Amino acid sequence: MPHSVTSDAPTPPNGTDSTMTDATAQNGDSQAASARNPDDVAMAGADTDASNGEGSKEVKLEELFADVDSDDEFPSSRPAEQKTPSSSSLETPSSPENNGPSLSASDPELMRTFYQRLFPWRQLFQWLNHSPTPTNDFGHREFAFTLQNDAYLRYQSFPTADLLRKDVLRLLPSRFEIGPVYSTNPRDRKTLRNSAAFKPLSKELCFDIDLTDYDEIRTCCDKANICDSCWRFMVMAIKVLDAALREDFGFRHILWVYSGRRGAHAWVCDKKARTMDDQKRRAIAGYLEVVKGSSQGGKKVNLRRPLHPHLSRSLDILAPHFQTDVLAEQDPWASEERSDKLLALLPDKNLNASLGAKWASSPERASTAKWADIDVVAKAGGLAKDQADAPRRLLEAKQDIVLEYTYPRLDIEVSKKLNHLLKSPFVVHPGTGRVCVPIDTRDPDALDAFSPLGVPTVQGLLAEIDRWSGGGGGGDDENDGDEAGAEVKQEAGAKSMQDWEKTSLKPYVEYFRSFVVGLMKDERDPRVKREREEDGSMEF
Amino acid sequence: MLRSDYNRIDPKRRANLDHRKKQFADPAYKDTTYPHRLNFYAVPPTADITLEQFEQWAIDRLRVLAELEACSFRNKSPAETATHMEPLIKKYLPLESNSSSSTQLSAQRQKDHYSHFILRLAFASTEDLRRRFSRVETMLFRLRFNEENSKERKDFINNLSLDWEEVSTEERAEYAAQLAALAPFRKGVQEEESWFKVDWERVPDLVETRRVFLKAGKAYVPSKEQTSMVVAEFTQRLERALELTARALPRLDEDDRLTPILDHLSKNFVTPDASYSSSTSSVPGADISARNIDALSASFPLCMQSLHKSLRRDSHLKHFGRLQYTLFLKGIGLNLEECLVFWRSSFNKITDDQFNKDYRYNVRHSYGDVGGDSNRRGGGYSPFSCQKILTEHPPGPGETHGCPYRHFNLDNLTALLQGVGISDGAVLRGVKEDKENQKFHMACNRVFEYVHKKELKRAKDEGVMTSAQLETIVHPNEYFKRSYLLKNLGKETTKTEDIKMEG
Ligand SMILES: [Zn+2]
Repeated sequence: MPHSVTSDAPTPPNGTDSTMTDATAQNGDSQAASARNPDDVAMAGADTDASNGEGSKEVKLEELFADVDSDDEFPSSRPAEQKTPSSSSLETPSSPENNGPSLSASDPELMRTFYQRLFPWRQLFQWLNHSPTPTNDFGHREFAFTLQNDAYLRYQSFPTADLLRKDVLRLLPSRFEIGPVYSTNPRDRKTLRNSAAFKPLSKELCFDIDLTDYDEIRTCCDKANICDSCWRFMVMAIKVLDAALREDFGFRHILWVYSGRRGAHAWVCDKKARTMDDQKRRAIAGYLEVVKGSSQGGKKVNLRRPLHPHLSRSLDILAPHFQTDVLAEQDPWASEERSDKLLALLPDKNLNASLGAKWASSPERASTAKWADIDVVAKAGGLAKDQADAPRRLLEAKQDIVLEYTYPRLDIEVSKKLNHLLKSPFVVHPGTGRVCVPIDTRDPDALDAFSPLGVPTVQGLLAEIDRWSGGGGGGDDENDGDEAGAEVKQEAGAKSMQDWEKTSLKPYVEYFRSFVVGLMKDERDPRVKREREEDGSMEF
Repeated sequence: MLRSDYNRIDPKRRANLDHRKKQFADPAYKDTTYPHRLNFYAVPPTADITLEQFEQWAIDRLRVLAELEACSFRNKSPAETATHMEPLIKKYLPLESNSSSSTQLSAQRQKDHYSHFILRLAFASTEDLRRRFSRVETMLFRLRFNEENSKERKDFINNLSLDWEEVSTEERAEYAAQLAALAPFRKGVQEEESWFKVDWERVPDLVETRRVFLKAGKAYVPSKEQTSMVVAEFTQRLERALELTARALPRLDEDDRLTPILDHLSKNFVTPDASYSSSTSSVPGADISARNIDALSASFPLCMQSLHKSLRRDSHLKHFGRLQYTLFLKGIGLNLEECLVFWRSSFNKITDDQFNKDYRYNVRHSYGDVGGDSNRRGGGYSPFSCQKILTEHPPGPGETHGCPYRHFNLDNLTALLQGVGISDGAVLRGVKEDKENQKFHMACNRVFEYVHKKELKRAKDEGVMTSAQLETIVHPNEYFKRSYLLKNLGKETTKTEDIKMEG
């Protein structure tokens, strides 16, 4: 490998089998048991020996089921090219970094270099710790590793960022997730006499939006595939949720993260959000959930009137997107079969008959035109004559339709539970190789400009480092002179530079750093501190 | 004697009280007088009562609470519940208002006060019991609160010293448009709605249903939602108190007279869900096996038939569908091995490896074959009741679990019913009305009665079924059991005992 190793970290063993053995040996007996314990290895197969799982904490069955259905649901529909994303035209058609050798994104060597040189450990630590010196916020936090052999290790915890980093370098997980802060160290949970003493105390309020939930309204892609066109749904979702969380609930520290393939996660990090119990999380989830119903449910948005202020505001945000990103770009009702779906959402039978007749003669009429036709035909006397409220009902139905085609579709279970695990920012998506980078939402233009297809891939980033190092690696030099390479080389001479600073990961880490600084500043606020002490005195 | 037991937990209770509310610090204060009919049960009783009273009062209250819970499982509306509960409450736990001429006010309130605290002790031990207790106590409180006349209600609320801030005129003007969206002026009513402002965390249910205006973490609550705020406050305080009681419980074990009583009380409050272990819901003599599920599914309620159809169509079910269906199958008596065979053969588009890796464990977990100690000891999860299916985890896009009467729109519901052979116009119209009135269990029972018309008549004629067995079905497994037994009434020469059903 061309990448020079500068760290003093111990050299990890090669091969996943020995890695597993090593993990159990180093962590002592209780961990050895836990690796075989069903609630640690939730994804493990039938050969998991349950009789070894003495005294383990109860796992909620729903969560087990939920785990299986997460990112990796429908294995049969997963693109076969997943393991070699760079050969898949669907996956990364225009990624400029995707020019290197076709190493799998979760290749252990690649992972090692990435975790060793590029992953922003310090920022991650400060983000979760809320202070520069280690506290229980970090030390009692659960991490869960997905290893190269797909084993799933839960209840990992680390006193410091450096110990987390060392363990990650030893195990080389293809990704890891972040869970709640517990009342005691998660590693000690089995030594407690009273299992009730081990309980989750706090975790960021999280949201998960996935473009597969838009399959019935997007026309450009389906399943795991995305493009810039359907990513617009994600932009709309972020705008609406961000506004509600800030203006309505008063949260200030909201981190949006690209999930690496087809969605985005939000982490609401305010202390007030982190300490919410499940009931409060459910309340926020319910407040924000608008598009409901199963595939058999018919009309999916049914709101009472007058519209709640949150919904009027959302409609204001979404209406322009509906015109450009949905009607013009997605053209959702282009065929006759598809425009029938539109008619099914309209309330007036007279009007539908007129519209149906009009569109029958030109079934390919564009959605923008069809949408405009509704008002034109209605004004020309197309509405039922005997119903005085027909115009109002039409207007309301049209509002509902705009929301059905634009309002965020949330995977709401993620938000309802304090102890739900979510993939860490900055890990690599094993399927696409893309880094789960934060999305800058401070400035609407930056949000609009974000393209998931332009997100750095692990392979690309390592190539960038090699180029920076002055061609020591040989094979990658043919790309010299491309834009990124030229740019980084201009800032020569900085010995103390972090490796990530030499790559296109830089703006993302810098944004994350500024986010974390803002968060820590608020935590230091003496008012907040006093509250914390008062909380403590109430405990016994 | 009993007095000292209460005193022992008293310091803990006091620690829970808001330290600003000094008037509660002296437990003797409310001990002798009950100025209000309603009670937040902030202070435990301290006067002596007899052991007989201790037990009897608790049992009486338990009767009321259990019936309230049953009402909620049957999806009764608040008005129906109130009507249904009235005679029971009158008999076991009367509580009259100050305006009544009753001479029993003090005795009634004392019994209410004591019985609440006794049950608190009985039901504080596990999280599940605590959750159910606070749920039904909240229902009882809400029922009484709604009955209370407005003057006494107001007096009671004022006495609670809740720190609700009234929204100023300026602020009302600033957010006039937003507030109007929540409490639109009714025609002819000119009086101004008054608004309270509280941290949104205080009224999570109002937030969840978007019945308040939110601004920077504050909820603006219209006065008509006051009930909801008081009830939320009641629940919140009770839950906190129950946790403190739970921590104080070990010290009560010393009293060997109380322990058996408390133990007995909590055992009498078993969850209706749990009563559907396979032993009570299985059907003797039936061939409950993987290969026979297709045939048996004719006796499944619509929710399970729908899952079965989806499974056959897609060779897949999403997670809540799998969970709901697995537990139901377990409930009808399908054993773990057969259940694994069933899922394996149904998911016929995936490999063995994939099945073993992603699904097998979860099925075993449902049966309590793997998992934590208590999961294995408890035999896994109980089959879902209608209540649970109706209210928890409504299906999202692409999901087919839940209750079709509730979660499908009318067109799809009708299509589904027709797909299982129900096309009688009167039945479909009835279902439509039930659905519109949110009587989902009625719709389901209506369909049951239609499908089993002949058999039910015969069962009644022959006197094989008691009236209790003809009660509204509130559990999918009960649906199956009744259906299966009815359909096989004459087929085997079974004796009456064999087809005897649970009441
Ligand atoms: Zn697309």
